[in-house]
Amino acid sequence: MNRAIKSRLSTSEMNYFPDEVIEHIFDFIASHRDRNSISLVNKSWHKIERYSRHQVFIGNCYAISPERLIRRFPCLRSLTLKGKPHFADFNLVPHEWGGFLHPWIDALAKGRVGLEELRLKRMVVSDESLELLSRSFVSFKSLVLVSCDGFTTDGLASVAANCRHLRELDLQENEIDDHRGQWLNCFPDTCTTLVSLNFACLKGETNLAALERLVARSPNLKSLKVNRAVPLEALTRLMSCAPQLVDLGVGCYENEPEPESFAKLMAAIKKCTLLRSLSGFSEVAPVCLTAFYPICENLTSLNLSYAAELQGNHLIEFVQFCKRVQRLWILDSIGDKGLEIVASSCKELQELRVFPSDPHDEEDNNTAVTEVGLVAISAGCPKLHSILYFCKQMTNEALITVARNCPNFIRFRLCILEPNKPDPITSQSLDEGFGAIVQACKGLRRLSVSGLLTDKVFLYIGMYAEQLEMLSIAFAGDTDKGMLYVLNGCKKLRKLEIRDSPFGNAALLADVGKYETMRSLWMSSCEVTLGGCKRLARNAPWLNVEIINENESGRMERNEEDEREKVDRLYLYRTVVGTRRDAPPCVTIL
Amino acid sequence: MSDKNKTSDDALNFKATELRLGLPGSESPERVDQRFLTLKNLCPVSGAKRVFSNAINGSNKWVFSPGSTTDVNSGSVPVKDHKPGVSVKEKKSSAAAPASKAQVVGWPPIRSFRKNTMASSQSQKQGGNTNPETEEKAKSGPETCLYVKVSMEGAPYLRKIDLKTYKSYVELSSALEKMFSCFTIGPFGSHRRCGRDGLNESRLTNLLSGSVYVVTYEDKDSDWMLVGDVPWEMFICSCKKLRIMKSS
Repeated sequence: MNRAIKSRLSTSEMNYFPDEVIEHIFDFIASHRDRNSISLVNKSWHKIERYSRHQVFIGNCYAISPERLIRRFPCLRSLTLKGKPHFADFNLVPHEWGGFLHPWIDALAKGRVGLEELRLKRMVVSDESLELLSRSFVSFKSLVLVSCDGFTTDGLASVAANCRHLRELDLQENEIDDHRGQWLNCFPDTCTTLVSLNFACLKGETNLAALERLVARSPNLKSLKVNRAVPLEALTRLMSCAPQLVDLGVGCYENEPEPESFAKLMAAIKKCTLLRSLSGFSEVAPVCLTAFYPICENLTSLNLSYAAELQGNHLIEFVQFCKRVQRLWILDSIGDKGLEIVASSCKELQELRVFPSDPHDEEDNNTAVTEVGLVAISAGCPKLHSILYFCKQMTNEALITVARNCPNFIRFRLCILEPNKPDPITSQSLDEGFGAIVQACKGLRRLSVSGLLTDKVFLYIGMYAEQLEMLSIAFAGDTDKGMLYVLNGCKKLRKLEIRDSPFGNAALLADVGKYETMRSLWMSSCEVTLGGCKRLARNAPWLNVEIINENESGRMERNEEDEREKVDRLYLYRTVVGTRRDAPPCVTIL
Repeated sequence: MSDKNKTSDDALNFKATELRLGLPGSESPERVDQRFLTLKNLCPVSGAKRVFSNAINGSNKWVFSPGSTTDVNSGSVPVKDHKPGVSVKEKKSSAAAPASKAQVVGWPPIRSFRKNTMASSQSQKQGGNTNPETEEKAKSGPETCLYVKVSMEGAPYLRKIDLKTYKSYVELSSALEKMFSCFTIGPFGSHRRCGRDGLNESRLTNLLSGSVYVVTYEDKDSDWMLVGDVPWEMFICSCKKLRIMKSS
């Protein structure tokens, strides 16, 4: 029997099963992409899938409206939402651009959705929405906010007070207005269900007594990340009553501790035999890191990327004993030598991020990393698949070597700090180096390029990067051809973000249909003009084409706009709900 | 403590010379994990711009050197890089993303949360008060007296001294020796009481035979510096704390 008949038979056979059985089968399919696929098979499956879908991921909150989402998936329990475009992280998007959470909470509450989990990235969250959230969903369990803003600790207080079954409150790198209130006190005494609590990004005081009581009554607590204001003695007490911790984020301890305090801390740490992940350490006296020696061999994840006080030698001394570490985030003060030591010690390393300790090179220091460190890591760590590397310089030879050593990269993000910097040895562009990377790494899904690059690198990317989903380009390319190579070649491309590169209307308009297959396109300080954008918007009504202007007055007022004027920031994305109505004056939607 | 190598210089059993609370032979409190003390010696301070000086010149300089044959770097303690020149190069003190240089907006691509956090922790290092949300750092005392804490590695408690009562490094040196002599044991203990002159007095080798101590201080930038490099007047202006550490 050939395959086609076989599959026809099996589908029709399946249709004789009661819906509950099919639904049970669907339960095993977790990935939202697979779920989207099975919902397209036939009407029956579409319906079953709809009602059994509990987790939904929305990569762009303006691609769909909350009402439509709820209509389609009424049994929704877990929602992930992303708001502002990625470059908002670097201050390229005005704060009021959008990505407001409130309409979503409003709709979910009105729709009586049994929401249990909410994960947000780059959204604007208000205290009112947090309050509404806390009151509307009785089974609410998990709130994860990444890179969000717009709220204060008052909003956290509502969540603490009203979410009776809260398991997870995870705040990562959010700008939160700290009212120094008593939000930790707002967890009722009956709240004993916490599994994960992360408030490392809060800048103000912390009620230590309330925190200690909360930790003491949370026997299931696995992850605790405190903020700067939790001193060493308090941390010791916390760890003593939570030796079951798996993930710990430490506060700030500038001064060297007294020997007795230090000894107590070490004793508490020794008891945390399940500890696998360590982070925090902003402004920490080096000796405090050494207190963690007893458990460093157990660590699989280590984030020292905020530890600006630690010198290279302190980092090296510690990291070299973390032989099981899989995920390492560190500052470039570790130096090339330090990375060589990591390469020889940390054989389980899968993901490495090296951040710049001095991004603008204000101190004329020599401890930044170069191609030497990257090559060493690629040679020493066979399991490496993800890298984010900020460095002073890079050579083609190094990249070619890295590509040969590590063909398994899924994410390769290289940022040479100085824009347009060529290979310092050959003075050539880095086209060949990145070309080698995309050719060797057949599974590459995310790529960021930097340094001096011509159109050629994009030819390589278009030719070889078949699995590429996200590409970030800055200060690169010569002509429209560069962008075209990418748009034509990368069939799986979903997100393209470009800044300060000479791509214009010809590239933008060549294949309008391409944008229907992508989530979004960002172009800033490029050569596209207002006229080109208007033409695109006319030809693609299912796209929102947004122009973000410098000043708030916007272009709407002026009728006599010059169509040849270059657009400063362009952000376009596919959507099924048309033009959004919450755009501020500085945003023009064509 | 594990026994050190029995070299001809280390005639004494280390255990006998180890600092303890109470009388020799009684129980001592639990010590800090020795890995902490010995690992420092594995890697020299990277990028250290100043080397442990072997030269002890002049009565104004206060420099402790280990035995003349040992590698000077191996004795380094968590001393931060000595910044070139006498004063620390001023960093940009703005807590927000700095725009003081001709910098490209949004470059390098670092999340602004991270940029702001690192910038504000750097400005705190300066002792600056630019970020109103951060706590005020304790500064050194008023000009009339200058009490600073003095700790000694292994000693069970700290002392406080008024730096204003001394006029030079030598005076400070003998005062510290007297103050911490009670923490030493060993047959050589009595020797240091009859003050020796010149070089030997400025070395705390007498405190612990075969083992040398260095005196370090924490300056306004929270860096740990070796005592003796800068003129005395400058030293007392920037010294926040003193710490006597083993150098071997």
